[in-house]
Amino acid sequence: MGPKSRRREAQIGTIRFLLNDQVRELDAVDPNMTVLNYLRGVERKTGTKEGCAEGDCGACTVVLGQADGNRVRYRAVNACILFVPVLDGKQLITVEDLAAADGTPHPAQRAISELSGSQCGFCTPGFVMSLFALHASEPKPSRQRINDVLAGNLCRCTGYRPIIEAAQRMYGYGGGDRFAARQKETLKRLKALRRRGTLALEAKGRRYFAPTTLNEMARLCKAHPDACILAGGTDVGLWVTKEHRDLDILIYTGNVRELAKLKVANGHIDIGAAVTVTDAMDVIARHYPRFGELLRRFASVQIRNSGTIGGNVANGSPIGDSMPALIALGSSVVLRHGPRFREVPLDDFYLGYRETDLRPGEFVERVRVPVKSAARRFGAYKISKRFDQDISGVLGAYALELDGGQVRDIRICYGGMAAVPKRAVRCEKALIGQSWSDGAVARAMQALDADFQPLTDMRASADYRMLVAKNLLRKFWMETTNPGVGLDVVSYGS
Amino acid sequence: MARRATQAISGGVYENLVHDSAHKHVSGAALYVDDIPEPPGLLHAAFGQSARAHARIKKLDLAPVRAAPGVVAVIAAGDVPGANNIGPVVADEPIFADGLVEFVGQSMFAVAARTLEETRRAARLAVVDYKDLKPILTVDQAMAAQSFVLPPHRMKRGDTRRALARAPHRLKRRLEMGGQEHFYLEGQVSLAVPAEDGDMVVYTSSQHPTEIQHLVAKALGLRDNAVTVEVRRMGGGFGGKETQAALFAVGAALLADKTGRPVKVCIDRDDDMVMTGKRHHFVTDYEVGFDDDGRILGIEFELAARCGMSADLSGAICDRAMFHSDNSYYLENAVIDSYRCKTNTVSDTAFRGFGGPQGMMGIEDAVDEIARYLVKDPLDVRRLNFYGTKDRNVTPYHMVVDDNIIGEIVDTLEASSDYRKRREAVKAFNSESPVLKKGIALTPLKFGIAFTATQMNQAGALVHVYTDGSVHLNHGGTEMGQGLLTKVAQIVAEEFQIDADRVKITATNTGKVPNTSPTAASSGTDLNGAAAQVAARTIRKRLASFAAEHYGVKAANVVFRANKVKVGRRTLAFEELVWEAYRARVSLSSTGYFRTPVIHYDRDKARGRPFRYFAYGAAVSEVIIDTLTGENKLLRADILHDAGKSINPTIDLGQVEGGFVQGMGWLTMEELWWDDAGRLMTHAPSTYKIPVASDVPADFRVQLLETGRNRTNVVYRSKAVGEPPLMLGISVFHAIKDAIASVGDYRFSPRLDSPATPERILMTVEALRARLSSAADDARAAE
Repeated sequence: MGPKSRRREAQIGTIRFLLNDQVRELDAVDPNMTVLNYLRGVERKTGTKEGCAEGDCGACTVVLGQADGNRVRYRAVNACILFVPVLDGKQLITVEDLAAADGTPHPAQRAISELSGSQCGFCTPGFVMSLFALHASEPKPSRQRINDVLAGNLCRCTGYRPIIEAAQRMYGYGGGDRFAARQKETLKRLKALRRRGTLALEAKGRRYFAPTTLNEMARLCKAHPDACILAGGTDVGLWVTKEHRDLDILIYTGNVRELAKLKVANGHIDIGAAVTVTDAMDVIARHYPRFGELLRRFASVQIRNSGTIGGNVANGSPIGDSMPALIALGSSVVLRHGPRFREVPLDDFYLGYRETDLRPGEFVERVRVPVKSAARRFGAYKISKRFDQDISGVLGAYALELDGGQVRDIRICYGGMAAVPKRAVRCEKALIGQSWSDGAVARAMQALDADFQPLTDMRASADYRMLVAKNLLRKFWMETTNPGVGLDVVSYGS
Repeated sequence: MARRATQAISGGVYENLVHDSAHKHVSGAALYVDDIPEPPGLLHAAFGQSARAHARIKKLDLAPVRAAPGVVAVIAAGDVPGANNIGPVVADEPIFADGLVEFVGQSMFAVAARTLEETRRAARLAVVDYKDLKPILTVDQAMAAQSFVLPPHRMKRGDTRRALARAPHRLKRRLEMGGQEHFYLEGQVSLAVPAEDGDMVVYTSSQHPTEIQHLVAKALGLRDNAVTVEVRRMGGGFGGKETQAALFAVGAALLADKTGRPVKVCIDRDDDMVMTGKRHHFVTDYEVGFDDDGRILGIEFELAARCGMSADLSGAICDRAMFHSDNSYYLENAVIDSYRCKTNTVSDTAFRGFGGPQGMMGIEDAVDEIARYLVKDPLDVRRLNFYGTKDRNVTPYHMVVDDNIIGEIVDTLEASSDYRKRREAVKAFNSESPVLKKGIALTPLKFGIAFTATQMNQAGALVHVYTDGSVHLNHGGTEMGQGLLTKVAQIVAEEFQIDADRVKITATNTGKVPNTSPTAASSGTDLNGAAAQVAARTIRKRLASFAAEHYGVKAANVVFRANKVKVGRRTLAFEELVWEAYRARVSLSSTGYFRTPVIHYDRDKARGRPFRYFAYGAAVSEVIIDTLTGENKLLRADILHDAGKSINPTIDLGQVEGGFVQGMGWLTMEELWWDDAGRLMTHAPSTYKIPVASDVPADFRVQLLETGRNRTNVVYRSKAVGEPPLMLGISVFHAIKDAIASVGDYRFSPRLDSPATPERILMTVEALRARLSSAADDARAAE
């Protein structure tokens, strides 16, 4: 790295964000410090709680405000696995900030309190923040939508009923949101905080870069091949909170304009690596409702607001939720290294357990998903102990093209069955060219025995995994051939 | 309303007063231990844990820990000035392992450092040389090795052998039930602050401040009076902070003592789940004999509990499982044997229901099996076996059930839930639906109220009235979200006839009310409410006799009502009378003391009246399952629960709803999974799944019994409500079993164990299908 670029990287060492409605400028902030530890330890704002430090319980839920066109977009995130520098240019709102100056509670606070939606109260600030974000962004929701919004908040006392009612009642109080009233002003202030160039921080021997252009991102990654690439941080955060690792160099994708884009063109949905699951969901669901349903059950709102499809793919967990669907659909990843890029089919991307084809200095630029086609039927099923916000034991995804009654092509991919998300090659082979019939499907189910040797672990036994993998294929067959039969417990009755 | 306001107080008993901290919960202003402003010089502490289930510690090298950045002090077994023990009943649980580790996660040493991150990193640096010993991990292994933490115990009534021999039908079954992680949202946390004379003040999240006081004093070699323990509130407890807070409180106190600095222990969720005990895993074997109608003639139970490495509260927990092996059913001839297995796993502990749920699961399984064997509606067999009111009313521990209302509750719920019609609808649905199957079940509940250790049924309170008429309330009960402090404040407000907002709720503190029992066994309001009532009445009587004398009226003509006191024809504001009494040198402060009458129990003979009364309830659950995957969903739940004359119906309803959902979680999605080396692999919410909002049925109809009134003279005729509703969740398990049974056209009983995860459901479906096809083969062969 030349002296010029080093100067460029060192140009700004301060992050700026709004804490409630006050500008905070922090320099020498440890890039590994979480927002939760910052709030509790530095600001001494203890309303935000730590329940698990892994983004699963929601007690630490805070809301981030971000400029989005001519409005401020409020989204709930988990503060426990969010690094402080990510706040740069955003607004951070915590439970202490919601009440009006005269102490009048926010409608979400009032509703939970009036309906006895708190017992021990420890999870309550998190629920309040999830409902605050909901209130700020959507009209009165359905029960189903409330379930989705609250899936990332655990309560062990109430049994949820009063909280669910509060989510509806809060809309009946009329207004009461001081952030809505001040949106214009906030927007102006957020725009003033917007950064044009790369943010470069150094503190406690750790460095953090947040480039704003793709070229700069590529240059930084190439210059720091051992850097940890930070997208939503919903897994990386745990390396710090649970494994106590030092992440000495972080390169954040979230400010790169090109990576934040989602385009549908030339027969593909192109999902930039920094596009959050929340932002990708609607488009994907329009093309593949079953994939959309999968993403509705992908972690929680808080995680989907931070986490990205690109991060899920690059992280390469064998039980990541998006990859089996992406692979079945024939998706690919565009990888970038310096000025060069290459496109790799996603099923070739995974080499071994948490091992990908990414080379040092290379990063995922986009995920490319073929758009829907009339000829293709798609199904995806996630099996977990709990419907919402759980990690799958088995996830099966199926993309079928029929020619008359015959299988012209089928791509089948499973998560949870091997060290990587993996296609069921023998099973596919047993079906291609056959009639899409009970008998052929039964034979293909048997072929799965040759495709996989799943493990037994805390999520599922090997026997169950195999049996379910087979049954899910049957389910897909039934769904495509006999749409009248009830097959879905998840949505039953709703 | 305005007129009423002049005639009644606001926040008296039977009112739906909102939880006293609700406004603080929603604004983030409620302070939990980790939120208390940190004192200067504070150190953070963490524990070094055993990586082995069973091993001798050949060498424990702590030098790398001591050398780690920020470390100020490290202590291990040899550094405890007093007793190296936190066993609450039996002294069998060291603070720090001394040469021997008996479960993965056992504490071996503690370290204090300047920051939390430094201390957590340092705690991982010890070099340990283990010599592995053979671990006992399961109930079967423990039973084979006769490895017990406490001796077996038997309850017996009638002649069971004879009854079984003569019974027209007999069934022998085994039911296995997994444990349950408490998953209080606030993990274990304690802050110890050294004081002068070597005294120690401990702020902790504990259901049992007195026990923390005793254990800290013993570990430090101090007298009890040198240790003060305070608990303002817990972020959930559920039994998990009855004994389990001790390690962390004692560890903080030891390090505070050693360093002379305040020390906080705030452990990480994963460590909490690995290091602290859970609900006991049970394996229940039984043999039941019954007649053609399904009436139980005799039953033998063997309840084997996995207790972990030490006794903890397992004795009383297993006893309570035995006490509830009848649930609501008359067992004329019964033998109940209980085995308290010692295993190389974390020592299991109290959890809402305290063994009762496991006991009930056994008998509910038996009743359900009888019904399926006889191809009857399980509800009919249940009802046939209910306790009578005049006869058939003696329990296996020889107590007469004299307040039985289970028949009334079940009749009401059966009608209001439309049970019969819905059962038909379920069958009709199942005959049309090849993959999805529905099931429905009604299960009853009878739960005994009192600590079965008689001496624990006592409580104290302290009430001050200040000269402005405001009241300071303190008692031995702790607040973990159940609304106890609110309900006791309502009682005191009612006694003084002042608005509840004039009663200050204060932190539980061993310096104010001594020698308290844990807030457990659902007894919080019964005991502490009664003690506070006594204290308030004492002061009120003093005020009344002062007023009578001062104003020259009869004491009977002094009436407290609606923030005022009528003294003959004169009416004073409450605070006016208080001020006058103060000037006349009347004591305005009193303790209150209560001990539960009537109860007694001879454990050696397993005979007596361990409970003051019973709480009753029933639930109907309807579920749907997917027979290709085992996925399942609760569609509707109807609950009718008896909270007596509820002191605060909203708060009590919250206990019922929350308890039910927690019970459902235990029996469905909550699965604890250990690997072969004895390591708990479900040690975080990512792997251990408690119910979320979508698991609550869309159709959830919960009611308190409107006519509820405790026949026993419990404070304001209320009933305890903390634990019992958890066991209403058993209806969900049986509804799932019913749905599975439909796969075999209800001709075979599915052998379902708990928790009914998708995996267990699918595997049970498969086993049933296999039985079906082999039965079909047999039938063909016979032709």
